[in-house]
Amino acid sequence: MTTNSRKGIISFVTDCAGWAMAGGTGFKIYLLALFGIIGMGAYAYYLQFQQGLIITGMSNIVSWGLYISNFTFFVGVAAAAVMLILPAYVFKDKDLHEVVIIGECVAVGALVMCLTFITVDMGGPLKVWHMIPGIGLFNWPSSILTWDVLVLNGYLALNALVPLYILYCNYNKKEPVGWRYKPFVFLSILWAISIHMTTAFLYQGLPARPFWNNPLLGPRFLASAFAAGPAIIMIVLIIIKQNTSYPVSVNIFQKLKRIIVISAIINLIMLFSEVFKEFYNFTHHSLSAQYLFFGLDGHNSLVPWIWTAIGLNILGTVLFAVDPSKCNPRYLMVAAISLFTGIWIEKGFGLIIPGFVPSPMGEVVDYTPSGPEIMITLGVLALGVLVMTLLIKPAIVILLEYKKSKAT
Amino acid sequence: MKDNKIDKSDPPENGRTRRSFLKGLSIAAAAGSAGLVTGGCTGEVASEEMGLKWEEYFKKNYRLMSQKEKDETVERLVKLAKIRVGVDIQMSNQAPINNVLYGYAFNISRCKGYMDCVEACVQENNLDRKSKTQYIRLFEMEPGKLDPSTGDGKYHHEVPVEDKFYMGVQCFHCENAPCIKACPTKATWREPDGIVVVDYDWCIGCRYCLAACPYWGRRFNWGEPQVPAEEINLKQHYLGNRMRMKGVMEKCTFCVQRTRQGKLPACANACPTGSRIFGNLLDPDSEIRFVLKTKKVFRFKEELGTDPKFWYFMD
Repeated sequence: MTTNSRKGIISFVTDCAGWAMAGGTGFKIYLLALFGIIGMGAYAYYLQFQQGLIITGMSNIVSWGLYISNFTFFVGVAAAAVMLILPAYVFKDKDLHEVVIIGECVAVGALVMCLTFITVDMGGPLKVWHMIPGIGLFNWPSSILTWDVLVLNGYLALNALVPLYILYCNYNKKEPVGWRYKPFVFLSILWAISIHMTTAFLYQGLPARPFWNNPLLGPRFLASAFAAGPAIIMIVLIIIKQNTSYPVSVNIFQKLKRIIVISAIINLIMLFSEVFKEFYNFTHHSLSAQYLFFGLDGHNSLVPWIWTAIGLNILGTVLFAVDPSKCNPRYLMVAAISLFTGIWIEKGFGLIIPGFVPSPMGEVVDYTPSGPEIMITLGVLALGVLVMTLLIKPAIVILLEYKKSKAT
Repeated sequence: MKDNKIDKSDPPENGRTRRSFLKGLSIAAAAGSAGLVTGGCTGEVASEEMGLKWEEYFKKNYRLMSQKEKDETVERLVKLAKIRVGVDIQMSNQAPINNVLYGYAFNISRCKGYMDCVEACVQENNLDRKSKTQYIRLFEMEPGKLDPSTGDGKYHHEVPVEDKFYMGVQCFHCENAPCIKACPTKATWREPDGIVVVDYDWCIGCRYCLAACPYWGRRFNWGEPQVPAEEINLKQHYLGNRMRMKGVMEKCTFCVQRTRQGKLPACANACPTGSRIFGNLLDPDSEIRFVLKTKKVFRFKEELGTDPKFWYFMD
């Protein structure tokens, strides 16, 4: 424990910062582009802060829009890191163990997006301290929103601290001590499921909105998340494989593929089950589904989106299930992007908007996000991608060096 | 114009407001803000405004305030209204009256859809004129239906119309209100007299309550609400019709500023057909109790178990 070769936290942080920003012209342009989008989003948010949420496309009828849709979807992406953690730590899978840290970095980036989306959606962001227990009033356990605040922040802490500890040990050329972090790993497995179930319960617990008030919502959230999340992790791994010297073996892609296919099929079965329930015997409560899939009273702005989403969903699932290319990265990239985009649309505004339409008073309106709203959304997405990038880059350097030192 | 008429019919100030005013003055003096009393130049006014806003920002949830703190915040809000809009408002923080539980009944055979209630509500409660916020909706109904969501809530023609009837909806002040359960900061609650209120200063604007309400009873301030200075109803209540700000939720409060002084809500007061019955459910001799006992009554979406304090009935 008291080796004098040990490097301290300060050198760890400065080294990591250096590694995070180091890169060729392409990487610099990429960073610059991200900063540009974030800047645009920040400007749009400044306008929203000044004038209020009136500059968005939301209304008293569709009172949650693009922000909450994306929040919901990216909670799933964050939760999906468990699909790497579980096999890597519980089943001692060596291949997935290689990339588990990268999965956790993706989760942290997704959580940053989630928490930022919640913040930009608030009417009084300066009053957020009203929610802090002790100085504010925290309506726990009654309000599901307070549960969500707890589980999201807890999951962020778990997913930031465990990899941080492992990387810090590896940085000092040491094997991390099992009992110091393994309990938190097992905790984070349960926690991952809880973040997505709790987020589903936000909607599922509202009898006012029949479209959401459905016991399948939580399980379906999980199934879609465990397809979309590993899909985005696969995209990240392909990018890493092609741009760095970090070895990503074909076994990893094969295993991820298997996880994705199984989850995507379960997701499609549940989707079919929901559609059957809504349309076999059409009731008053099926109007939201009708609005989503076919349009209602001449309002059909979501119809092209949901059918595109279902098409991409099926395409991605089939591409992964068949895969004649035997894990060719380009093929997998196409499959992952189509599945990811399909679920993004379907679990994002395909889930949130129809919950509000028709309104409890039977009114049907269309929701179109405004320009500033789209800019803020893009800004938040870019922020999350930036966080992911700046975490993954030093992680790769440390893991590579540690491997080298172990080999010698 | 109309609100002046309503205002003139109101009795003079109750003592509480004056007491809170005196108390506030002494607090201000103790705080030692030099500009407060003399307040000549604009810089001093601006710094006074900043100071008041600063204290307002750090105040507690209304339900945790002592009576003294409630009086102090009311005093600050009165001063801020003077500085910002130049009007002298009278704000009360009157507590619920003992042994009172408010209830409302709506006569669907009498209402002719004139919308005087909607207009009176807008004037009384200082509702945002820019976004045309309305707490009350009237639905024009086809015979044979009793669910307002099947009616036409946007009718714009001469009433009454042959073979139609009308149903009004607003916040139903549920005993088992899903909105209260949803709020993450306890910024909305049910008062002992049954009125579901919002602490506008405590609301963080997440809109979860709006999603949770099965009756569409809540309205959000998407932008800064606007009421021309000359149309502002000066008789205000902290939990009622005081000026809201952008980014907070608001809703019908059964006109808490009126009803706790023994008056009818503005809608019931304005109704030309006598379709709106309001009163104390705990008083066996009240009109509302008579209606509940002798008429066939029903409630909207009873199956949700929200137990609204708002009934419909027919003659």
